[in-house]
Amino acid sequence: MNTTSSTSTASPPKAAPPPVRAGSGPWQLARAELRRRTSVKLSLAVVAFFALMTVAAPLISALGGWGPEEFDKTAVDPYLGGLPIGPLGGVSAEHWLGVEPVTGRDLFARVVHGAQVSLLIAFSATAIVVVAGTAAGIVAGYFGGRVDTVLSRLMDLTMSFPSLIFMIAMMSVARDVNRIVLMTAVIGLFGWPGIARVVRGQTLSLKHREYVDAARVGGSGPWRILARDILPGVAGPVIAYTTLIVPGMIATEAALSYLGVGVRPPTPSWGQMIAESVAYYDTDPMYFVVPSLCLFLTVLAFTLLGDALRDILDPRGSGT
Amino acid sequence: MILYLGRRLLGVLGVLVAIAAVTFTIFYVLPSDPAAAACGKSCSAERLEAIRAHMGLDAPLWRQFADFVTGIFTGRTMGSGQYALHCDFPCLGYSYENSQGVWDLLVDRLPVSASLALGAAAIWLLLGLSAGVTAALHKDTLTDRALMVGAVAAASLPVYFTSVLLIFGLIRVAGLLPYPQYTAFGDDPLSWATNLLLPWLALAILYAAMYARQSRSSMIESMAEPYIRTARAKGLPRRTVVVKHGLRAGMTPILTIFGMDLGGLLAGAVITESIFGLPGIGRLFYGALSTGDQPVILGVTLLAATFIVVANLAVDLLYAVVDPRVRY
Repeated sequence: MNTTSSTSTASPPKAAPPPVRAGSGPWQLARAELRRRTSVKLSLAVVAFFALMTVAAPLISALGGWGPEEFDKTAVDPYLGGLPIGPLGGVSAEHWLGVEPVTGRDLFARVVHGAQVSLLIAFSATAIVVVAGTAAGIVAGYFGGRVDTVLSRLMDLTMSFPSLIFMIAMMSVARDVNRIVLMTAVIGLFGWPGIARVVRGQTLSLKHREYVDAARVGGSGPWRILARDILPGVAGPVIAYTTLIVPGMIATEAALSYLGVGVRPPTPSWGQMIAESVAYYDTDPMYFVVPSLCLFLTVLAFTLLGDALRDILDPRGSGT
Repeated sequence: MILYLGRRLLGVLGVLVAIAAVTFTIFYVLPSDPAAAACGKSCSAERLEAIRAHMGLDAPLWRQFADFVTGIFTGRTMGSGQYALHCDFPCLGYSYENSQGVWDLLVDRLPVSASLALGAAAIWLLLGLSAGVTAALHKDTLTDRALMVGAVAAASLPVYFTSVLLIFGLIRVAGLLPYPQYTAFGDDPLSWATNLLLPWLALAILYAAMYARQSRSSMIESMAEPYIRTARAKGLPRRTVVVKHGLRAGMTPILTIFGMDLGGLLAGAVITESIFGLPGIGRLFYGALSTGDQPVILGVTLLAATFIVVANLAVDLLYAVVDPRVRY
């Protein structure tokens, strides 16, 4: 566990404490600590870069001048099995990251649109998981008794599901629905118990604090206490945990798409692009490397960011 | 202890029945109609009804489920009259595709998946724990930093990416290993290991990275405990302090995730098996999906769930062995 802590009493031993004005709140302290780390700055930059792709994919890919599903037969060599013409998988002024073999679709446009699909699914699934998990955990922890028993059993049951197998099966059986929505729901379905357990534990330790008792004596109802007193107390770990589950969500989406049960072609997603490019890994490495690198960088950035947030916001959690 | 075990076993059974029920409902209620598939294109309504009755698909859902569960414990007879087919204990039904018993299919494929999962687990435990412990003992030094940067990077690599890198590096360029072709351990242990080495590595790298991170943090935590100071003060050799006192207590969180990971992988290494073409349970499952072979899908899901719950139970029992503070 990292010894950096957000309380003002314990100063981090390895470096000078960040310059902080006297009397700043915990969030200001956290922000100051975050700003101090290089890994955080770098990963924030990567995350911002890909988040921008997610929001403005059509605009960004328009810069390259090609649509994600536009064929360009002039960029591939029909006599070489449709391999791209030119060095590095057909990198040129026209196709910035080269083209797909055989179809000649622009790799830049596809990887940008793929980012949109992959990250949209990952972010929405994370949102579902966090909202459902926090709600379940806070309710189970605060009300205790039978509510806690039922919810905890449900968490155990969900965690006993062979989730990847189940997700694959559900994705392949349900055919005629919006794949992106379905995938988000299916991934979200199995993710919530992890965060629910964290929140439940945190709530258990908060619910007998004096300020909660004071609120109760003061006449606050249980829902008001949950929203006003408990929720802010669990926010730190939840934020850290959220950042740490995003990489898992991205990887799950990619795995499902890789196995061919995710989004349907021609809509690109990173996992699906990697699956298609595996066959070309030594004849056209660029085709394989581009989506893989995007996936790798995004997952890495979120992991680093999550590690830092956890060290700072949840010093009691298992840090690395 | 006996009481605890009995209660836990009942719990395991309950969880499995619940998972079977959910799986059953989802995959039998959803659109595809296996009777129509079995009947073919030019199929009369009567014949379709007959096939449906033979497959037991005309019964209400709860009835089908009850039959299914009974079949697992006692075996059952499927269909009637001249087409009657007795399916022995433990009956998971027959594959729609090739009429083989699902149980036999699973038993047939299990050695491959088990070899893959157990071999990979041995590698990742060895790599992950030694990296994690080394980093923890050299906390905040260059060694620690380098190991942890490596671990974060490796944990971010998806298994199919690592696989391709390994195939390219070790087979295509270096020519060190053969392209994996499964040989049974009983036939030729050496060839079994050399053929599986690549899939083992591909699977183990990701997990080793995660275990290195986890074991580092729990080692740091346990090495800060007062009993470590006591052990040092007693004049125990450093090795004994680290292994017997530090590592043993720090193992508990590792054991938890290890149970889940191993349980999940015994029947869930779908991607690795499909990349390396290993005829394991994951491949069986993947094949069954494309043909809509519901009995096989259900069988694999149940088997996978069984591994997960049993592994979790085993881990809970092992706590008492690893951590002297735990008593049931």
